[in-house]
Amino acid sequence: MNPVLRTILQRLGLGIATLFVVSIIISLTIEMLPGDFARAVLGQSATPETVAAFQREIGLDRSPVVRYFNWISGVLRGDFGESYASAGSLAGHRRLVAEMIGPRLLNTLFLAGAAALIAVPLSLFLGFMAALYRNSFFDRAVNVVSLTSISSPEFFLAYILIMFLAVKFPIFVSLASITPNMPFLDRLHAIALPTLTLVLVIVAHMMRMTRAAIINLLASPYIEMSRLKGARPMQVILRHALPNAWAPIANVIALNLAYLVVGVVVVEVVFTYPGIGQLMVDAVSKRDLPVVQGCALVFAGTYILLNLLADIVTIVSNPRLLHPR
Amino acid sequence: MNETAKSSRGARTKGDVLLEIRNLQIEGESDEVWQPIVRGVDLTLKRGEVLGLIGESGAGKSTIGLAAMGYARGGCRISGGSVVFDGIDLLTASDETRRKLRGTRIAYVAQSAAASFNPAHRLLEQTIEAELREGFRTKAEAEKDAIELYHRLRLPNPEEIGFRYPHQVSGGQLQRAMTAMAMTCRPDLIIFDEPTTALDVTTQVEVLAAIRDIVEQFHTAAIYITHDLAVVAQMADRIKVLRYGKSVEEAPTREMLTSPREEYTRSLWSVRKLGKQEQPGGEPILQVKNVTAAYGNAVRVLSDVTVTVPRGRTVAVVGESGSGKSTLARVITGLLPPIEGQIIFNGKALPRALKERNADTLRRIQMIYQMPDTALNPRQTVYEVIGRPIEFYRGLTGAKKEARISELMKLIEMDDSYVDRFPGELSGGQKQRICIARALAAEPELIICDEVTSALDQIVQEGILQLLMRLQRELGVSYLFITHDIATVRAISDEIVVMFQGRVVQQGPKTQVLSPPHPPYTELLLSSVPEMDPDWLTNLLARRKAQPEAMKAGDR
Repeated sequence: MNPVLRTILQRLGLGIATLFVVSIIISLTIEMLPGDFARAVLGQSATPETVAAFQREIGLDRSPVVRYFNWISGVLRGDFGESYASAGSLAGHRRLVAEMIGPRLLNTLFLAGAAALIAVPLSLFLGFMAALYRNSFFDRAVNVVSLTSISSPEFFLAYILIMFLAVKFPIFVSLASITPNMPFLDRLHAIALPTLTLVLVIVAHMMRMTRAAIINLLASPYIEMSRLKGARPMQVILRHALPNAWAPIANVIALNLAYLVVGVVVVEVVFTYPGIGQLMVDAVSKRDLPVVQGCALVFAGTYILLNLLADIVTIVSNPRLLHPR
Repeated sequence: MNETAKSSRGARTKGDVLLEIRNLQIEGESDEVWQPIVRGVDLTLKRGEVLGLIGESGAGKSTIGLAAMGYARGGCRISGGSVVFDGIDLLTASDETRRKLRGTRIAYVAQSAAASFNPAHRLLEQTIEAELREGFRTKAEAEKDAIELYHRLRLPNPEEIGFRYPHQVSGGQLQRAMTAMAMTCRPDLIIFDEPTTALDVTTQVEVLAAIRDIVEQFHTAAIYITHDLAVVAQMADRIKVLRYGKSVEEAPTREMLTSPREEYTRSLWSVRKLGKQEQPGGEPILQVKNVTAAYGNAVRVLSDVTVTVPRGRTVAVVGESGSGKSTLARVITGLLPPIEGQIIFNGKALPRALKERNADTLRRIQMIYQMPDTALNPRQTVYEVIGRPIEFYRGLTGAKKEARISELMKLIEMDDSYVDRFPGELSGGQKQRICIARALAAEPELIICDEVTSALDQIVQEGILQLLMRLQRELGVSYLFITHDIATVRAISDEIVVMFQGRVVQQGPKTQVLSPPHPPYTELLLSSVPEMDPDWLTNLLARRKAQPEAMKAGDR
């Protein structure tokens, strides 16, 4: 078999195995969470009988191992279980975890996608320019600005942006509340500020790695050769350095994209954006364990998938692997 | 384009002045201080002329070569003088003017083609890059021309080789492909910066012949940089000797070879005259019997190798890269346990693996490596480097240890004041001496020297070889001396083992191996060693044309 394909399949298998291990860790962690969902819902005055009956209803009376296998076999069929919170309501309307996570995840991906579409090209471009004009005023300025933005807490950046772009100059709105049937442009307008905040947070990382990866290569004999062949400075970077720099750049991009999906809860809270991060925080405070588990699994899957993609880029960008002797 | 100029070398027509360098000054930065590297060098090159630049490392050869393109490496700056190429002063011209000349009218061929080709692109793409960028030809024309150049440079499979990536092609082929790349725009001037230094002698002959032919065919002027006098004698019309960034002397090739004026130039010649009277072998200290070894389950690197080292003698193992020389050293030291065969030391079979051998066995066999830079821990002082084996093997501490260190320093002809230095504060030759002292500290019976002089300049090489020979006379230590350099073999060996593709093709006393008749591979190897005679390459090629089968093994 083609060695590249084989390596990719190996990584894929490894990724799935990792996801399994993570699912066990998630269940164990949740098992160790202090507090009891039944008591949290029913209140201090509930009698032991009521609590026991409620636990039976949602399956909490069974052993953790049984519950884990019930859950994981459901997940494999695409069923993430039912939310505990809905089980307690007398109206009897049961909500599936998948139904709760689905729309929230789409919102999160929408915001993450918008931020990524701006941040990735921008940071690559700034990285190239900073490498090209190393130690120039431009390089220093980009470094200072990006370091400042990465060193400030996200909520601080968010409030500064709100102050200037929503309050003093009301170009954008400070509440990023979106609904499913909003027109696309209105949605973009609504998420402008959270997107901008996220871009500011992740650009620095990616841009600095791009710059470092390229500068690292600029000392190579083949870069000197390209200069001695009369290549223009931008050609030296794009044609001769970049193809050999993809591996580290792809890895840092993957990490930052993963952050956009799993780490944005603070930004969601500031802008009251209905994303998956908020859902998980709410679920934790309500002890709604199936939702917590579902969210955790989605996050883990995101990380593993993005790292897998970075691995594939690393493999494909290495001609030694792609074209064996 | 000037393909009519096929007159023989030396007699070919020289045109007007193409390159004129006057009072060139170049500085390099170290620790934020600018130190002069090149101090006032003048150089004139006519069209179609080949000038050899020769000198030891640090003489400023490459720096001058790059300056001829108006280029200074990072950390260097051209601080004075002028470089006029065809009426254009490259030092005052704009960046854009300089850039446009590079790769089109002045081309560069680097020392290590393997490192100088971009690993991410196919050879053909890189070959035609400059002419496409400047719009000299269409892509199809350029590719056709590149394939034609590959033909002329006698690359195997010229139609296909351009579609390979650099890692799929051997070093000698890459070096020729790089020459093709330099030729694509038919430049007026090519700078060859040690183009064959990284190659085996057998491959070097092919590359030298290819370069010489194509430079003559296109009547290209060239600056040929090397530290190897015999090589430059084949290539250059004139030779300029450099030292410490200054010109020592300059003369037409034949004149320079027969009657060098300066003492320094003569000293460059002398290394090759070093020689040792061969001693007959005695009782064996080491016997490698029918050893077969491989890395992992991959191809065998050694097959059925049998080698004997007599006590107090030097056995040289020669062969090109990939012939299994260093693997043999790894097998003997136990770093790579053999699949089959035995290592007998002092009459007793040694355990195969390093970890099964006891400290006393380890002590008796020591090793010295090719790169003293990487073989010494940069964070240990000379005192620690030499003191450690004294303590470990001999159990000496305190004053006794210090006395022993000072004794060893005397043996390697270095002053005691060096013991507090770090390797970074020593020269290449001094570092190699420290490596020798470290090996001697264990009081070994056998020292395996793996290309110990390959990374050093000729004059420093001579010093190290003389030291090793003196130590053998005084201490009776035996050497297994791995090298690809025949001059070194002549200088120090008693017996010679010739290896080719993991097998021993010939072994015996030095005089016997070095005198004809030779088995085919030994013949190829020995005949490929450049000689001072400027007609050597021409004669060799003529001889080989008469016996084409001899060329086969070298064409890689």
